[in-house]
Amino acid sequence: MELAFVIEKFVLITVIFSLSLVVAMYSTLAERKIAAFLQDRVGPNRAGWGGMFQPIADGAKLFFKEEIIPTDSSRFLFIVGPSLAILTACIGSAVIPWGQPMLIAGREINLQVTDINVGILYVFGIVSLGVYGIMIGGWASNNKFSLMGAIRAASQNISYEIPMGLSLIALLLVTNTLSLKEITEQQHGWHWNVLYQPLGFILFLVCSFAETNRTPFDLPECETELVGGYHTEYSSMKMGFYLFAEYINMFISSAVMTVLYFGGYNYPGMDLVNNILGPTWGPLIGVAVMFIKIFMFIFFFMWVRWTVPRFRYDQLMNLGWKILIPLAIANIVITGVWLTYVVK
Amino acid sequence: MNHPLLTDNDPQKETTTLNLGPTHPATHGVFQNVLEMDGERIVSGVSTIGYIHRAFEKIAEHRPFYQITPLTDRMNYCSSPINNMGWHMTVEKLLNIQVPKRVDYLRVIVMELARISDHLVCNGILGVDTGAFSGFLYLMEEREHIYEIYEEICGARLTTNVGRIGGFERDFNDIAFAKIKKFLLKFPPILKEFETLFNRNRIFIERTAGVAAVDPETALNFSWSGPILRATGVDYDVRVNEPYSSYEDFDFEIPVGTNGDVYDRYIVRNEEMWQSLRIIEQAMQKLEKEQKGIFHADVPEFYLPPKEQVYNNMEALIYHFKIVMGEIDTPKTEVYHCVEGGNGELGFYLVNDGGRSPYRLHFRRPSFINYQMYASMSAGMLLSDAILNMSSLNVIAGELDA
Repeated sequence: MELAFVIEKFVLITVIFSLSLVVAMYSTLAERKIAAFLQDRVGPNRAGWGGMFQPIADGAKLFFKEEIIPTDSSRFLFIVGPSLAILTACIGSAVIPWGQPMLIAGREINLQVTDINVGILYVFGIVSLGVYGIMIGGWASNNKFSLMGAIRAASQNISYEIPMGLSLIALLLVTNTLSLKEITEQQHGWHWNVLYQPLGFILFLVCSFAETNRTPFDLPECETELVGGYHTEYSSMKMGFYLFAEYINMFISSAVMTVLYFGGYNYPGMDLVNNILGPTWGPLIGVAVMFIKIFMFIFFFMWVRWTVPRFRYDQLMNLGWKILIPLAIANIVITGVWLTYVVK
Repeated sequence: MNHPLLTDNDPQKETTTLNLGPTHPATHGVFQNVLEMDGERIVSGVSTIGYIHRAFEKIAEHRPFYQITPLTDRMNYCSSPINNMGWHMTVEKLLNIQVPKRVDYLRVIVMELARISDHLVCNGILGVDTGAFSGFLYLMEEREHIYEIYEEICGARLTTNVGRIGGFERDFNDIAFAKIKKFLLKFPPILKEFETLFNRNRIFIERTAGVAAVDPETALNFSWSGPILRATGVDYDVRVNEPYSSYEDFDFEIPVGTNGDVYDRYIVRNEEMWQSLRIIEQAMQKLEKEQKGIFHADVPEFYLPPKEQVYNNMEALIYHFKIVMGEIDTPKTEVYHCVEGGNGELGFYLVNDGGRSPYRLHFRRPSFINYQMYASMSAGMLLSDAILNMSSLNVIAGELDA
């Protein structure tokens, strides 16, 4: 393995890692600003211009807060919980293709940390691991509210992974590949998968809400019933990790949805722009487009959160098992029939 | 703590004990419910009350009548003016004071504003408890406008202590009337927006419809009153059944529900806000026909004279002295007066022995009576439903414990 390759990947990993952290950080500000916008308020505007330094102030505050570990808790697991949550959230971005290969100093640089041929499965595996952080933290807290939140989180994530996976199977029938890079390339020139898989996309979107524990599926931490849910007993940055993990997860899910259904870094007139700007600067436009799409999804996540009420536990399960799973199976059948008899 | 459920440490128990409250974000106020839970389902519960019991009934026995008004403020603090007016009317009933029509109409305006603010809080909080926060803030802004009207009328916002025995301490000023008119114009679109956000929201309906449904018979057996009784289908409203403060002059409807569930209570409260708006509009029209400047009954022996007169007029000085020192004879009798409070029939049972303060005063606090059924209702419910039920019963801690 040549040194240049190692350096290239190292830089790329660092950039993507810090980028997803920054996006997550500013998602907290965006969330508060969007909430304020939807609720006729101003929102945070004290720290920096328009509250620009609010996330930094929040982070600093969380680090300086006293750490409280309950006496009756399992100390080791109590610390493992949030660490696992943030870890799994952070490594999900490894397989996402952020842009077309870029030409820097005569060297083609792939804007994707790794293009493994089972990219989707990797994302799935990581997302499934995410619930362990919540489960362990909720269990280790030795608090009934935390435990209930953790149980809700576990059953919710397991239930919603099934329709999510099923909706992806229909997508894979169309794409014939598991590599996220290839899926993106296939969507070049308005062949966005959302046009071929509208139902699949809606199912995937709903499941993403559930997987990231966002309203209307925020039962694991619903404050009006379970105080703080699984993070009731957490304080200082350990709680910050949980909240942070949620925002990173939201970012990753938005990125995955963009890649799978909305063409990733593809945009209309892409070839023309690339010809004008050349192979060094052209792909950067693609990266920007990718991020615009991601931010639109993040906005959608927040918009929904501040509009609708949340489900009840049993209704959540009913929706998952009795509505989403049959719909996803129907989607697979329809896609299969369509591919066999119409497209051939 | 010595609690039957909390001290039960049987290791073989299949259920778990959950201590909900007194400081739980969903219990708006200090209520404790020790619940026996089977997973998410409540098997049984025990309510603890009395966390903010301040012995108002006992304190009232040592206070002159006019000093009891501030105590009533602190019962249902979401709609203090109704409590104030109810108390004034009780004393007026005891003393046989006839209040001019204009005072009645002014009182109706204040009471209906209070009812709107009470229902605003309850329905807004119901939204928060289901997880939709924004609607609550839309409504809170309007409550702020109502409080600004209170400020114009009496200078206070939450614990208003508005009015005096026999009328008001001062007339409404022009700004107050202007603000009321502005409120009548601005509020309907916002309430409409709130209703579009919730009334037909699928998730909201699924969360609330059929939850904690109560049949009229049970509700009456537990002596429920107010919106939650009307939600079960019983059209009992003190304003119509036993009109006070000239409510018989007004044309308004009593909304009733059918199932008595959380959704019906929500709808009934919303509809009552519309009716209250109608009443305020009518009252504003009626006020224009009344002679201006009358804001209290002509009862010099009970209504404190203005300070300039006290210093310059001998009779006023005598009355001032007698009222403050409690030297005025009051009838030896007992009266009961009730008003339609935000949560139901708010009653004042006053036993008088002729002195300066009541011999015995009992507040019939609707929250206290409505809350009785809560623990037994909760059995068999999911935790989420029990919390919505509590929020739609609109139990106000101050009124529960008094």
